[in-house]
Amino acid sequence: MSEAFLKIENLTKNFGQFTALRNISLEVFEGEFVCFLGPSGCGKTTLLRAIAGLDIQTQGSIAQAGEDISVLPPAERDFGIVFQSYALFPNLSVEKNVAYGLESRRAHRNEVSQRVAELLALVDLADQTKKYPAQLSGGQQQRVALARALATSPGLLLLDEPLSALDAKVRAHLRMEIKELQRRLAVTTIMVTHDQEEALTMADRIVVMNHGVIEQIGTPQEIYASPASQFVADFIGTMNFISARTASAGKCVLEDLEIAVDTSGLEAGQPVQLAIRPEDVQLGADDALEDQSQARGTIESLEYLGAFVRATVELDQSGARVQADLSTGDIDQFALRPQSSVAVTFPAEKIRLYSLDA
Amino acid sequence: MAGASYLSGTRGSPLRRKSSSDDRAMRLFILVIAIYLVIALAFPLYVMFSKSLENSQGGFVGLQNYLEYFNTPSLVYSIQNSLFIGFVTTCITVTIAFVLAYALTRSRMPGKPVFKTIAMIPILVPSLLPGIALIYLFGRQGLINELLFGHEIYGPIGIVIAEVFFTLPHALIIIITALSIADARLYEAATALRASRPRIFFTVTLPGVRYGLISAAFVVFTLSVTDFGAPKVIGGDFNVLATDIYKQVIGQQNFEMGAVVSMVLLLPAGLAFVVDRIVQKKQVALLSARAVPLEPLPNKRFDSLMLVYSIIISIFILGILGVCQFAALVKFFPYNLSLGFSNYQFDLMDGGGWDSYFNSIEMASYTAVFGTIIVFAGAYLVEKGQGLGPIRGAFQFLAMLPMAIPGLVLGLAYIFFFNSPSNPLNFLYHTMTILVISTITHFYTVSHLTATTALKQMDSQFESVAASLKQPFYRTFLRVTVPVCTPAILDISIYLFVNAMTTVSAVVFLYSPHTTLASVAVLNMDDAGDIAPAAAMGMMIFYTAAGVKILHYLLSRGIESRTQAWRVAVAN
Repeated sequence: MSEAFLKIENLTKNFGQFTALRNISLEVFEGEFVCFLGPSGCGKTTLLRAIAGLDIQTQGSIAQAGEDISVLPPAERDFGIVFQSYALFPNLSVEKNVAYGLESRRAHRNEVSQRVAELLALVDLADQTKKYPAQLSGGQQQRVALARALATSPGLLLLDEPLSALDAKVRAHLRMEIKELQRRLAVTTIMVTHDQEEALTMADRIVVMNHGVIEQIGTPQEIYASPASQFVADFIGTMNFISARTASAGKCVLEDLEIAVDTSGLEAGQPVQLAIRPEDVQLGADDALEDQSQARGTIESLEYLGAFVRATVELDQSGARVQADLSTGDIDQFALRPQSSVAVTFPAEKIRLYSLDA
Repeated sequence: MAGASYLSGTRGSPLRRKSSSDDRAMRLFILVIAIYLVIALAFPLYVMFSKSLENSQGGFVGLQNYLEYFNTPSLVYSIQNSLFIGFVTTCITVTIAFVLAYALTRSRMPGKPVFKTIAMIPILVPSLLPGIALIYLFGRQGLINELLFGHEIYGPIGIVIAEVFFTLPHALIIIITALSIADARLYEAATALRASRPRIFFTVTLPGVRYGLISAAFVVFTLSVTDFGAPKVIGGDFNVLATDIYKQVIGQQNFEMGAVVSMVLLLPAGLAFVVDRIVQKKQVALLSARAVPLEPLPNKRFDSLMLVYSIIISIFILGILGVCQFAALVKFFPYNLSLGFSNYQFDLMDGGGWDSYFNSIEMASYTAVFGTIIVFAGAYLVEKGQGLGPIRGAFQFLAMLPMAIPGLVLGLAYIFFFNSPSNPLNFLYHTMTILVISTITHFYTVSHLTATTALKQMDSQFESVAASLKQPFYRTFLRVTVPVCTPAILDISIYLFVNAMTTVSAVVFLYSPHTTLASVAVLNMDDAGDIAPAAAMGMMIFYTAAGVKILHYLLSRGIESRTQAWRVAVAN
């Protein structure tokens, strides 16, 4: 693999006694779109601000394009940034905002206005040049901020929760647009977000953070399908956690079922959390109960969610509750109603085990 | 892997950001302004304090001056008098201001803007002026002195009336602000729970404005305890701390004792200041809550009651002003009541003549221009600068300090500091410059707070964005910060101008024969018995200040309409 564009090593950030980032190491490659994802207070924005030089880390180093930028002030680093508030200069028109970083570089006036026009066309705002930020919608302001950040062709684009001030529909639309723009310009991009959907749809790789440490780095598929920790499993999407116990190698025991799973790294007879996503749990008619991999349960409630139905099932033996997603077709086929008795299948290949002490 | 890199991680002292050229420039500027504040404020106060421990030959005598002070009954009596004036004025002013603020925010009476404007008038006149009006009304030959039933206007009665006039607008602004942030939903909830009107008043309205009332009380108390104009003109034999300082310094040339009285006067003012700061912080917390604004409902009886009340207060204020104008025009009160402009021949009187009027305008203009630049730049650097934490903290403290320093104390401190032959800045003594410096310093705090508030309302990421675009800080400051903050900058300059026109206390020790000022001329003409010319000069100050205020209003309106396209966003 080629040398990383951005290389973060052993980064620690303390605010007084509080440790906001603990020994973070991370590499970002050229042209990549990386999302820092995590709940509020996990340190994702702190990490972004350290990369920008806005709040310098307590320990650790950052190198960008082979140069050590650990202690450089923001003005001596090479990045463009878009904040959640956009921070558009309210008294300057759209074109003056976009031109702000270009003008003093002794560039020719025509060159500047040509570049501004090009950028505004890029973000689809060519007809709004003379307006002030206050006269634009939230989504338009967001695109102006993006154009301004890209104007100087920075090597690194930093996005700090750029979509969270927008309403749901605009957000979904802009998600696609930003991703498309990023692919076209091939600019290395880091986005901070607490919205997993945003991260899953936009990122090439996601960095999941919690309590100042990195929980997992991976592609959206890896993060969703093989969460490395119980936190990631819980934070991304919906996950059932059921108390179980490992049996002999390659087996775990749930209820009176013995399920074949990957138990590497776990001792036999250890209590564990068995994790499985609702869409992977299969329900069937009670009379279809045929082999050892199925448990018996009772439907407690059915929640209609539009495209699918989420059933909450109480397992008869342990009383544990499991959620399962079903199509409306399944409901009709098996005539499922609250209080119906059902057979619950846990496909072995979809199960992950987490030890309790983690 | 994590374990290995953890071990290899450096565990030394925390990293520090390399300074950019911006950082260095900003540090240099903040240092310059901090040094200005140290020279204009900290050093003089320190010198004054050490003077209070010296004898007239400059020898150190410890607390002997203080012992002498507290063993002189006539001087100690002034402490009691000052506190009495402060206490009575506070009770009366806060009560009057609260009812008026209530009328202006919670009634549907007509003419609210007019009443509010009238109530603000006392800000535009020197505190000497109400005293002069009271002499004409209630003095020995006063127009309506029978109303005092034989009591003497010279003394506590006169001082308190004059102080109420002088402090009313300050209290009113604070209480109006407190009343305007009320949340309509609280009132709807109380009404839905069938609370009676009095019960709503005591359980919703009063608790909501309690911090405003406390804050107003302390502001009024400080103003009335430290004011020098009213007791000077109408105090008679009733001595207070402020007039004692003046008498010790100007009358008896006893500078050391003046310093001792100043230190004593610092105590109540300082205490009030500390309490007010604590209360203000709590008030801010209330303000930040998003509330539904309260729209008062029409209530005929209540509205007419409030209207009558507002008219009475307005008559009081306009009456004081009208009497002054009458006094200025009457040829020889009370013997020749025909009108004319003979009292405006200031050049025939003590006090510096018309020159002092033009000196005042010059001084106020310099104060407005340079004061605004220094204050706004200082507030900007403290807010946005990086590094130099301790210096920025000290700066913030120095910026807040003038609020607690009575003008007379500051003026006396300047004599000690700048008049010392060993001070290289001695050449400033008796110049226009020292008047401007003392006035900027005297009114620094409110200006600084106005600037800080405006700067805090701006998006804190502007500077980060500008840095990422590799723009020097001064470019963003001039192209974004200043235009966005223009209303606040105008407010500061007007505040400084008006106060520079009306102030007496700090400059009374510092003017020279070449730099006499209008407000000081009012004092000196009154002292010399030329009360009518004093009133005439006082009214000149009023008309000038009012004219500038109107100009400011028109200018603000113009800017508002020109920048309307983008200012909406800042307001939201």
